[in-house]
Amino acid sequence: MSTDSTVMLRRNFRQTLRNPTAVFNAVLLPIVIMLMFVYVIGGAFNVGVDYVDYATPGMILLAITYGLSATSTAVNSDMTKGIINRFKVMDISRAAVLNAQVIASMLRSLIAIAAVIGVAFALGFRPSASLLDWLGAIGFIVVVCVATSWLTVALGLAAKTPESAGMATVPLILLPFLSSAIVPADTMRAGARQFAEYQPFTPIIETLRGLLTGQPSAGHAIAALAWCAGIGLVGYLWALATFSKRA
Amino acid sequence: MSNTAIAVSGLRKAFKDKTVLDGIDLDVRAGTVFSLLGPNGAGKTTTVNVLTTLMRADAGTVRVAGHDVATETKAVRAAIGVTGQFAAVDELLTGQENLQLMADLNHLGSAEARRLVTDLLKRFDLAESAQKLAAPYSGGMRRKLDLAMTLVGNPQIIFLDEPTTGLDPRSRRTMWGIIRELVTDGVTVFLTTQHLEEADQLADRIAVLDQGRLVAEGTPDELKRQVPGSHVRLRFTDVTEFDKAARVLTASTRDDDDLTLRVPSDGGAKSLRAVLNRLDEQSIDVEEFSVHTPDLDDVFLALTGHASTKENAR
Repeated sequence: MSTDSTVMLRRNFRQTLRNPTAVFNAVLLPIVIMLMFVYVIGGAFNVGVDYVDYATPGMILLAITYGLSATSTAVNSDMTKGIINRFKVMDISRAAVLNAQVIASMLRSLIAIAAVIGVAFALGFRPSASLLDWLGAIGFIVVVCVATSWLTVALGLAAKTPESAGMATVPLILLPFLSSAIVPADTMRAGARQFAEYQPFTPIIETLRGLLTGQPSAGHAIAALAWCAGIGLVGYLWALATFSKRA
Repeated sequence: MSNTAIAVSGLRKAFKDKTVLDGIDLDVRAGTVFSLLGPNGAGKTTTVNVLTTLMRADAGTVRVAGHDVATETKAVRAAIGVTGQFAAVDELLTGQENLQLMADLNHLGSAEARRLVTDLLKRFDLAESAQKLAAPYSGGMRRKLDLAMTLVGNPQIIFLDEPTTGLDPRSRRTMWGIIRELVTDGVTVFLTTQHLEEADQLADRIAVLDQGRLVAEGTPDELKRQVPGSHVRLRFTDVTEFDKAARVLTASTRDDDDLTLRVPSDGGAKSLRAVLNRLDEQSIDVEEFSVHTPDLDDVFLALTGHASTKENAR
């Protein structure tokens, strides 16, 4: 039934082109934040390396999370505007609808990430990653996208309206700020520090940072992949359960 | 295949402890329009949802296009088209793209798809807006696009759940025309409505649903005849003739001011002939003779004990 998914994906992509604010959100906001931190605020931080080198992995993650609200809104609109009932009574794969949303979400994120990395290079980002590290980083980004997208699809399905579906992803947008994305966790006050150390985005960002600086850390990577597997699985099962319940 | 398009027997459905469908039996012949008529909350949409595989029944058997909806879901879905109460169009796609999406999902070849999409756009008078996004389409245009999308799969049986609710009178008439056309193409139409006139206009057979039960079923005329109040009205110009007739037709009620008599009658030819024969035997001169059958509003009131417009909160 891959063709059903392809048709659905084409539909989602066309919707994205029609509603470019979704991509602008994912591209512009992280870039604006990056410019602010690199040029305005970051100078005051002492992170041991060039701030742009430190901040870019975090901005890549923000590019993912800022794009998620578009995904949950799109998923919810399908459910609340009735078109899902049309798909459900057709002789097509039901999974195709959700699979396509996840893939579309990932593609939007990858576009946003490419833009963020491009701007980062213009700002002096000089990663010391080898080709293998880059491939690892890209593969890891895809894993993060898939995991967070499934959770977002579930949030979109569970929400009552497209607006509240968009709001439901706000915690996912805020979490990177409370991680080591902007500043190292060990510079934070107690409380915030523990939270930053034990929340999923810190190992995810540290893994990405490790890969981009050519010093991947197995410990962070294992924790990050475990978090992704957990987030993805919960999102996937929750999404399927909610999907079959909502008619 | 037999002549039956939809066969339902003993259909039950409850949500938690609330019974929505309480033992429904239906038999819809292929190539006809069948209307399920009932007020809000009667269970019409639930019936459609079960018949179209969107919902599972608690009890009973449902066969659509010869296939069991519970065990042969795929075959049922391949045979049906559904246009729900809320237009299921993709607002971020144009009218043409919506139809193309359906063609792709039905795995039509590109040449066939292009021909079909162009045909449908023309047939439903949507060609002018085909390249515009569906979002600003009017209610009538959405419904038309929705129905056109349903037709892309070339379904044998089409379910229309309140297809004209919320449409202005003109769009409603257009929709009626389209539905009549469908049947001439050999399609079976299962239509729910709360508009008595709509069922009367379109349906070959009507089933009246009230609080989860079928309270009547038949052709529109049969239903109207089931209702007490169907009568013959006789008008006279002469008082003596009037008095004579009133004595002969003992069951009649007289209206002395208008010199009219109301004679109860089922409206059938036999009972009419009986009335006329009695008058003929006595050579009574009648100025005007008319048969009054109640409209479906009267039917509904008589069958369910409440008016059709009553809304049950559910």
